[in-house]
Amino acid sequence: MAFYRPASWQKPLAVFTLTLLLALPTLLQALDQSFYTGFATRVLIFALAATSLNLVLGFGGMVSLGHAAFFGAGAYVAAICQQAGLGEALLVLPLAMLGAGLLALAVGAISLRTRGVYFIMITLAFAQMVYYLFISARAWGGDDGLPLYERLRFAGVSLADDAALYYLALGALAVTMLLLGRLAEARFGRTIQAIRENETRMEALGYPVFRHRLVCFALGGALAGLAGALLANLTGLASPALLQWTQSGTLLVMVIIGGVGYLYGGVVGAVVLLLLEELLLGVFAHWHIALGLLLLAVVLFAPKGVAALFGKRHD
Amino acid sequence: MTQLILEQALNGLQFGLMLFLLAAGLTLVFGIMDCINLAHGSLYMVGAYFVAAAAQAADSFWLGLGAGVAGTALLGLLLELSLFRRLYQRDHLAQVLATFALILIANEAVRVIWGPASLLLNPPEALAGPVEFALFGEPFFYPAYRLLIIAVGLAVGGLLYLLVARSRVGMWVRAGAANREMTEALGINVRALFTAVFVFGAALCALAGGLLGPLLAVQVGMGESVLILAFVVIIIGGIGSIRGALVGALIVGSVDTLGRALLPTLLRALLPADAAATLGPALASILIYLLMAGILFFKPQGLFPARA
Repeated sequence: MAFYRPASWQKPLAVFTLTLLLALPTLLQALDQSFYTGFATRVLIFALAATSLNLVLGFGGMVSLGHAAFFGAGAYVAAICQQAGLGEALLVLPLAMLGAGLLALAVGAISLRTRGVYFIMITLAFAQMVYYLFISARAWGGDDGLPLYERLRFAGVSLADDAALYYLALGALAVTMLLLGRLAEARFGRTIQAIRENETRMEALGYPVFRHRLVCFALGGALAGLAGALLANLTGLASPALLQWTQSGTLLVMVIIGGVGYLYGGVVGAVVLLLLEELLLGVFAHWHIALGLLLLAVVLFAPKGVAALFGKRHD
Repeated sequence: MTQLILEQALNGLQFGLMLFLLAAGLTLVFGIMDCINLAHGSLYMVGAYFVAAAAQAADSFWLGLGAGVAGTALLGLLLELSLFRRLYQRDHLAQVLATFALILIANEAVRVIWGPASLLLNPPEALAGPVEFALFGEPFFYPAYRLLIIAVGLAVGGLLYLLVARSRVGMWVRAGAANREMTEALGINVRALFTAVFVFGAALCALAGGLLGPLLAVQVGMGESVLILAFVVIIIGGIGSIRGALVGALIVGSVDTLGRALLPTLLRALLPADAAATLGPALASILIYLLMAGILFFKPQGLFPARA
């Protein structure tokens, strides 16, 4: 793989899409399809979660199979905050990021000592630990998860309205994409990509490889936590299902379908996968078979993902 | 108390041996082909379904077990020839994605064919009851079927060990795990060897699935939880090492079983009751993951690294 460099059309396209998305709730309301505002919010949140994994996987080159732990941890932090009477998004969302980020820091500090398949497996093991901890903690709802009876307020404005939550998710995603785009071309972004390409050389050049990787891993965890907190607000539940390893698998699938290491890979993957789910579920109850076959086709015939079919990477 | 510990130790041994059957195939595929097979748990699930369906049709547990194992081996052969062959040269990410896709397909296909309810698999009637032992002059009961599982597990495990450690084919397999290119250069048909190992691993999966079927529910999703345990086993043991898989399986089997049985009691003696009630089950279910993280922290290659 080579360094990330945005295609010339990427920025105008992003601005154009953002404009469309800003108008979407109004549009849906005019068409009397407000139900889909919730679905669109879900897509945005998963786009954010997949993007956070793409930072770790695509830019950092760390194949983590435990990302669901941070996603779920963010959801639980939001729910626990609500139990404690905290309802301000400007406070709760940073707390969720902090909680998930610290968890990722701890997991990464141990996992990053290992390489290759061992890294995949140890991240999986840590995610399983987190999963079992949460389902056996009765104070946090155990198997049933922790419900949120009320959505957050943003600067005092209630997010009970679906459109309001949609705009918050859109804002979070847009800001994240903007910052990550800058980060990928900044010194830190270049360094982690170079470490992905040739660890030994970067080590020899005197770069603190472990520290860069760890920061990247924790940053990915924190962003996943943000997505988790938003999702808990959308569904009204911090569910243990968010922590399950199959959730990590789904996020991984999104990133790979979209395109590993492309800035918008996670976004494209989340949109494609969730749209497919929504469309196929209507016509075919056993849509997982179709999805499985599609994934096999992607692996065998389009190994670089959907984003790669459109864009070219600078070589 | 002694009785409880003995019973749980036997359960742990039985669970460990079944984990070994699963982990043996996984560690060889992983070690020789450097291929992550998340669908190994699906082979176990499909194997259990095959055995249960065949046992119902033939009205005999043993016929069902034989037919189910043969059927799963055939499925393994088809999978290896059609898909896995193309995956060996790819990176781990592609392997994770492709085999994750297989899990989705397998779970859904099983749901289509056998429905969402779990399937009933009865143990052979002769072994349905408990066996009585004399233990320090006191009677001790243990289910006969579980004893059978221990016996089969020991026999298959022993055979497998002899096959890998003492036979010529086993030597090729070990050589392939240690250095694939060198083995190929010495004139071994590694490709055919891969196929054989994969098919053999699939058959072992079905054997474990069929034997555990009467104890656990034969249902969709049974493969996933056991898959993770099998991965923990081979990571602890060292990827590619049969000896490591055996030791790892016995450690994981007994730590998990004994932890679940004894830890809550133990904690109650040390902590206040409500703290123990919360902490006990949580700690018991994460015990093996803690163990694995600890072992990886000190020995990142596992206990018996094959490529030492």
